[in-house]
This record gives sequence, structure tokens and C-alpha cells, in this order.
Amino acid sequence: MTSTYVATAGEREKRGGKKPDLVESDRMRAENSLGRKLVVPAIVVMLIVTAFPMLRALYLSLFTYSLTAPEDREFVGLSNYLTALTDPLFWRDTGVTVLYMLVTVAVELVIGFAFAMVMHRVIFARGVIRTSILIPYGIITVVSGFAWQFAFSYQNGFVNGWLPFLDSDFNWFGESTPAIIAIMISEIWKTTPFMSLLLLAGLAQVSEDMLEAAQVDGATWWQRLWKVILPNMRAAIMVAVLFRALDAYRIFDNIAVMTAGAVNTESISFLTYRQTIEQFQLGIGSALSVLLFLSVLLIAWLIVKLFKVDLAAARQEG
Amino acid sequence: MRKVGTLLGTLLILVWCLLPVAWIISLSFKSQTAITNGSPGFFPSGGDGAGWQNYKDVLDNEQFRRAIFNSIGISLIATLLSVIVATLAAYAIARLEFRGKKFVLTMALAIAMFPVVSLVGPLFDMWRTFGLYDTWPGLIIPYMSFTLPLAIWTLSAFFREIPWELEQAAQVDGATPWQAFRKVIVPLAAPGVFTAAILTFFFAWNDFVFGISLTSTESARPIPAALSFFVGADPFNRPASLLAAGAVVSTIPIIIIVLIFQRKIVAGLTSGAVKG
Repeated sequence: MTSTYVATAGEREKRGGKKPDLVESDRMRAENSLGRKLVVPAIVVMLIVTAFPMLRALYLSLFTYSLTAPEDREFVGLSNYLTALTDPLFWRDTGVTVLYMLVTVAVELVIGFAFAMVMHRVIFARGVIRTSILIPYGIITVVSGFAWQFAFSYQNGFVNGWLPFLDSDFNWFGESTPAIIAIMISEIWKTTPFMSLLLLAGLAQVSEDMLEAAQVDGATWWQRLWKVILPNMRAAIMVAVLFRALDAYRIFDNIAVMTAGAVNTESISFLTYRQTIEQFQLGIGSALSVLLFLSVLLIAWLIVKLFKVDLAAARQEG
Repeated sequence: MRKVGTLLGTLLILVWCLLPVAWIISLSFKSQTAITNGSPGFFPSGGDGAGWQNYKDVLDNEQFRRAIFNSIGISLIATLLSVIVATLAAYAIARLEFRGKKFVLTMALAIAMFPVVSLVGPLFDMWRTFGLYDTWPGLIIPYMSFTLPLAIWTLSAFFREIPWELEQAAQVDGATPWQAFRKVIVPLAAPGVFTAAILTFFFAWNDFVFGISLTSTESARPIPAALSFFVGADPFNRPASLLAAGAVVSTIPIIIIVLIFQRKIVAGLTSGAVKG
């Protein structure tokens, strides 16, 4: 152990060619073990709250199990899944959730990109813009939900007054379509800033030289956008879309606050919550939990396959 | 032409971001009687103004005060613990060669995408068995788990930019890998750690799903859950202006953090998220 100190950077580089000497492999072994010791706490904490409860959900989903009558627990195999999958409510809520996801992500992508373009170009007041764009990002979703719910309220809000084509007593939360629109607006308002910051980082990586070359060659603004800017920030767009899509599929807070699932605005997350926490039906609720988890996996897989996102690479390259 | 567009865009961004905030502030100054009778419009109209009354009422409310205390305490502890654990892991990921590195990164990625609601059922059941239901640790643990992925990515991105040579120099001078970590990397990494802490705090402060599912009384209920349960005397007519005052109070810490650390937050969000 006396000569440990000689294993410096120079030695390491030579390592590939030579047979690794004893000192070097000692060092590697120490590094390996230290590395694993350092990540163990993180792994444990992440697994306590995810893998373990998920396995428990998988197990509980095979029983009829209600917290109001826990002694009546009974093994029923896959029948909870059958109940869920044959219930039109499940499919309606899945449909509504997919609608939330598709519309909010599409709108956020367009507005977020426009915001990113503005932030990329602006030279004055950068700090002011970035500070204000972080406010929706940081604000509590529940607060955003309340703000928009009251804004759309015909009793105390201002939206009906500002929109000339609406009656002043139009009730946004009285039927499905306007209520879903109101929920989407709150969701879009809150998360567009996050989208635009991710896109801004991607935009910063598009080379100015290439854009100038395109301009010299006579490309219009529209052509430059589609042929130069967008293809070059594909990775950033895909990562942003993937993250936001999975986030949007889990939509819960705004629905809980703004309509509590009334007038067919319920998402699949809200249905799961209602079954488990409000009605104590842990059996069927667990089956719904597993289905929700599987659908998130499916969406992630679809996006990664469809757009060929190499997410791990995008994340690892610091 | 281009300048006009940018200027218009800037104004649009400012209106987009600040209008709803201005609205909730304006709403918090409408009087409670005006709300009951209905007072449409953006600003409190003549005679409807309540001055600071809603803020006084909200801060006099024992439930709300407890909720603020819970939120601050739980969020700060979760942030502290999460950042410590994430710092260790991110150091290992950025600096050391070890088997299982890919596994940690993949797992963090998977957890960041996890549908939170699918966990609350079994967690609710487990926490009741372990006596963690409706306690601070009962919320701190899930907050840690769900902020670790973001904290680990952000931190490992920051750590990769720290010059290797310094650490090696320390090791040449006889420091062990652990000493090199503590004495050299930690001071250099402090800004990154700080950014991760802010993002973690935002998550914990914002959480609603765990907050309503894993608490039942004011002994651990955080602000978002308390706001949503706050119905006032008449459940069919929510005290909008009172809620608005509560909402403004709960947003103040966020605004202070954003004002002071704007640059760090943007760097953290983008460096951890998209490169390459």
C-alpha cells in the first residue's frame, strides 16, 4: 500500500495497453465499492416509495379488499382487472385523460416554442422575463387551479365579462366541454414556462452560422424554421414532449380543485384516487393503480419508439 | 420588424405570466360579502374592497397557520435530506467508475415518470400499518423519493463541469477519494447543490396528491391540501376571496425564491434536462 500515490492520471491513460498492475486494480476496486456505497442511500429511498408499494398494489389488486370491511378480504384473481376494463367509466376517463394530454402538450409545445424564440432573441430585460416566467412554474398547482376556477366563475370572475361572445351568466363548470377547456387552460398556463425553458436550452444549441448560411442562400424565415432550427433541436423537443406528456397523463391537481371530477372531467388518476382514498376500495383501486402504471409505461414506450428518443443518452451527457 | 415582434412577444409573455397572479391578488381584496352576493369583474368594484381583512382572517385561522408551519417544515427537511442523498449519488455517477451506474440512472428516470396517484393507495395502507400516516415523516419520505431523480440529474450535470484535475491533485497529495470529495468537490459543487435544493423545495411545496392522501388532520397537512379542504361556512359558495388571500400567502415564498435565485433555477432546469 506504500506506493498507492503513484497511480495518477498519466498511469490511468496507459491502463488500456498494459496489463493492469496491482496498485491500479486496488484503486479500481476501491472506486467501485465507494461508488456503490454512495448510491445505495438514493436507491433505497427511491425504492421504498415506489417499487415496494407497486408490488403491494400488484398483490392487493388480486383481492376484494375494502378498508371499511378489512376482514372480508378474499382472493379473486384477475377479476378486479376484468371489472375495471369492462366498465365504460374506465374507458371514458381514459379517453378524457388522453384528450387532456394531447391538447395540453400540443398547445404548450407551440406557445412554449414561441416563448423560447422570444427569450432567445430578447436583449433587454432578460432577468425580468425569466423571473416572471418562473412564477407560473413555481406556483402551487392548486393555487393555479383556484385562480382559474374563480376567473371563469360567472359570479365572481372576469372571463365572461372580457369575452364579448359569452353571456355574463355562462357557467363554465355546468357542462363537460367548457369545464375541460377551463382545466386545460389552468394546466397550460402553469406548465408552458417549463416547456419553454427546455426548448430555450435546445434553441441555444442551434448554430448561428448555419442560420446565417441559410439566410445568405435565400431561405425564408419559415424555411429556416422548418429546415434548420427544428431539425437541429429535435432531441430537446422530444425530451420536453416525453416529459410533459407523461406528466399531463397523470393530471390530477387541477381536476381535483376545479371540478372534483364533476361533469365528466375526471381523469384516470382522479378515478384511482377516488376508489382508493375516498371509497377505501383498495382491491379495485390497486388494480386501477397497476393499469395507470402500465398505461404510463405504454405511452413512454410509444413516444420513445415513435420518435426514436435516446433518453438515457440525452440525460447522461452533461 | 423583428424588433417589434420581439417586443410584442415580450409583452405577451409578461401578460401571460403575471395576469393570473394579478387576478388572484385582486380577488384577495374583494370583501367576503361581495363574493357571496356575486361581484363579477377583475377589480373589486366600488365599496367591495376589503382592505387587508382577508389576510387578517386567513392568518388568524389556526388551520391555515398550522398548514404553513407544516409545509415549511416538511419541505425544508425533505429538501435537506434529498439533497444530501442526491449529492452522494451524483458524485458517484459523475466521477467514479462502478458497476450499476446505468441501473441508478435508469431507475431515476423511471421514477421521474412514475404515476404518483398509483402509489397512494398502497402507501396509505402501508403508512397506517407503520404509524407514518398523518405524520411529517410520512410526507418527507415520498417527497425525497420523487425529488431524488431531478436532484441527481441536476447535480451530476453540475459535477461533470467541475475540473477533474483538482480532485486528482488532492489525491496525488495523499488524500483518499473520500477526502477529495469532502474537501475539494463539495465547495466547488455548492452552487449546483443549491440549485438542486431550490428545485426540490418547489416540488415539495407544490405537492398535492400525497398531501391529501397521507394526512387526515392538521398535524401534518400541508398548504395545498389545506387550501383545497378550506370550504368556509357555506360549502356551496366557497369563500373565494379568503382562499385567494391564502393562495397569495402560499405563493410569497415562491416569489421570493424566484426573485433571488432566478439565474440558478433556469440553469438547473436546463442543464439537468437537455443536453445533446
